[in-house]
Amino acid sequence: MTLFTDSRKRAPYIFVFPFILSFLIFFLYPVISTLVMSFQEIVPGQVRFIGGTNYKRLLNPQFFTAVKNSLTYMFWTIVVLIPIPMILAVLLNSIPGKKSYLLRGMLFIPALMSVVVVGTIFRLLFASSDMALVNRFVRLFGGEPQAWLLAGSWKSMFLLVLIATWRWTGINIVYFLSGLQQIPQELYEAAEIDGAGPVQKFFRITIPLLKPTTVFVTAISIFGGLAMFEESYILWSAGSPDNSGLTIVRYIYRRGFEAADMGFGSAVGIALLFLVLLISFTFLKITGFFKQERV
Amino acid sequence: MRIIGRKSKVIGFGTVGILTVTGLVFLFPVYALVLAAFRPGQELMRFGITLSTLIPEGLSTENILGLFTARKGAYGFWLRNSIVIMALRTGLSVFFSAFVGYGLGMYEFKGRSFFLSLVLFLMVVPIQILILPLYRMIIGLRLINTVWGVILPFVVYPFAIFFFRQYAVTLPRAFLDAGRIDGVSEIGIFFRIMMPLMIPAFGAMIILVSLQSWNDFLWPLIVMRTEKMFTIPIGLNSLLTPYGNNYDMLLSGAFVATVPIIIVFLLFQRFFISGLSAGSIKG
Repeated sequence: MTLFTDSRKRAPYIFVFPFILSFLIFFLYPVISTLVMSFQEIVPGQVRFIGGTNYKRLLNPQFFTAVKNSLTYMFWTIVVLIPIPMILAVLLNSIPGKKSYLLRGMLFIPALMSVVVVGTIFRLLFASSDMALVNRFVRLFGGEPQAWLLAGSWKSMFLLVLIATWRWTGINIVYFLSGLQQIPQELYEAAEIDGAGPVQKFFRITIPLLKPTTVFVTAISIFGGLAMFEESYILWSAGSPDNSGLTIVRYIYRRGFEAADMGFGSAVGIALLFLVLLISFTFLKITGFFKQERV
Repeated sequence: MRIIGRKSKVIGFGTVGILTVTGLVFLFPVYALVLAAFRPGQELMRFGITLSTLIPEGLSTENILGLFTARKGAYGFWLRNSIVIMALRTGLSVFFSAFVGYGLGMYEFKGRSFFLSLVLFLMVVPIQILILPLYRMIIGLRLINTVWGVILPFVVYPFAIFFFRQYAVTLPRAFLDAGRIDGVSEIGIFFRIMMPLMIPAFGAMIILVSLQSWNDFLWPLIVMRTEKMFTIPIGLNSLLTPYGNNYDMLLSGAFVATVPIIIVFLLFQRFFISGLSAGSIKG
């Protein structure tokens, strides 16, 4: 009998064991190791401790550019990728099932594509020749054709945010749709009886009751925005003009792999970790995300 | 009453109109890619996608036919690696995540809320900060440039654990007791009784994880060092040179890597969607 209850008590730990193992090997150990590396100078065949030198080296313009770009990108993805998908989801929710599914599918397809493929298409659409499609449109409206990818400044950020919008709108729509389905229909009916129009219903019922979803989507936009690497790498494999597309992860990659300076790269990684934890936990604390999550 | 009906019909048409236009705008780049895959790469490289390349005329299947013979058949290797990695990673990752998630959802035990918080915490930490130490570890384990080097760090996947946990919470506990009375072990109950009940959850996660694996970029870029070991995204990326001499292969390769996924999506749209909405909160 004791054996019987024992196995019952042990069972949950057997189930959780793969997670513990993987957490220790592939998370805790690397975190400690990157922390240690951030205080070291690592050249092939030689490792030595150099105290806080790597952290002092963080105070350089490239690092600040990387942080600024990551934050700017995060900001714009939130500004664009919350309201647009929310409105589209409300519209999709208001039309009958079959049509709605087809349209959802159309909006979702970009999310299926590899970032390499996406980057290739956008490179071709935004090619610098006068004939290329986007420049053709620019000329049609009386503007100057641009070398979009080479021009730097706001054009780089514009391309990155545009690609993000194209790729993630469909996914955020899915999130908002599942949020909308949880709003009780009676609320709308009651509001209609009180004479509320569609706009009033949207602002008074939909937006407040979608808050959990909005918080969730904002949270993933924060993490995704700060961790962005691929889009920048695909558009500017050799480095962007004036570092206009340099992000924090890109900077880790550049210092750690391209310049084989793993100690400094690790210091950048730790800085990013702190930045993410600071921003996301402040955000989650304010919005009470963790309380809702624990059903 | 009739007036209201007519008005709402007009609004309905307007809504469908707006959504259709938006949908077409979103599909446009895909259309452009499909046509580009059937055109000479040199020309596209020089002028980009122009109005005339958007007219489906003068297309040739040359690029697609040459895809598997170009560069000594490199694309065949990339395709094989992508498929092997996708199959192994999806199988292992979905299984282990279901295993853990079930344990967290089904049992009351000491430390449960700690483990659950840990899973949630890992969902918000960007794994990209760990690429340098993970890279050194993979070198130390002699897994660099191997399929296992790409797969192992991500076998236990916090997002999927959380998804399965949410699903397991809804499973009928009576089955657990019934299994126990019949003398089935706790692990046996998971395999023989509960796993079949979780099939919809498996469907959603299999699709989501395969998609992520298929399109994964940063980690395979670091682990795979030789052309023969590249996955499709890494291989295509290696063709993105400023000289554009590989655009034939790049565009047809992008086409072949994308279109099957879109078809699979259209067939299993429901599972894709439920897999995704899993992460959001149940109110």
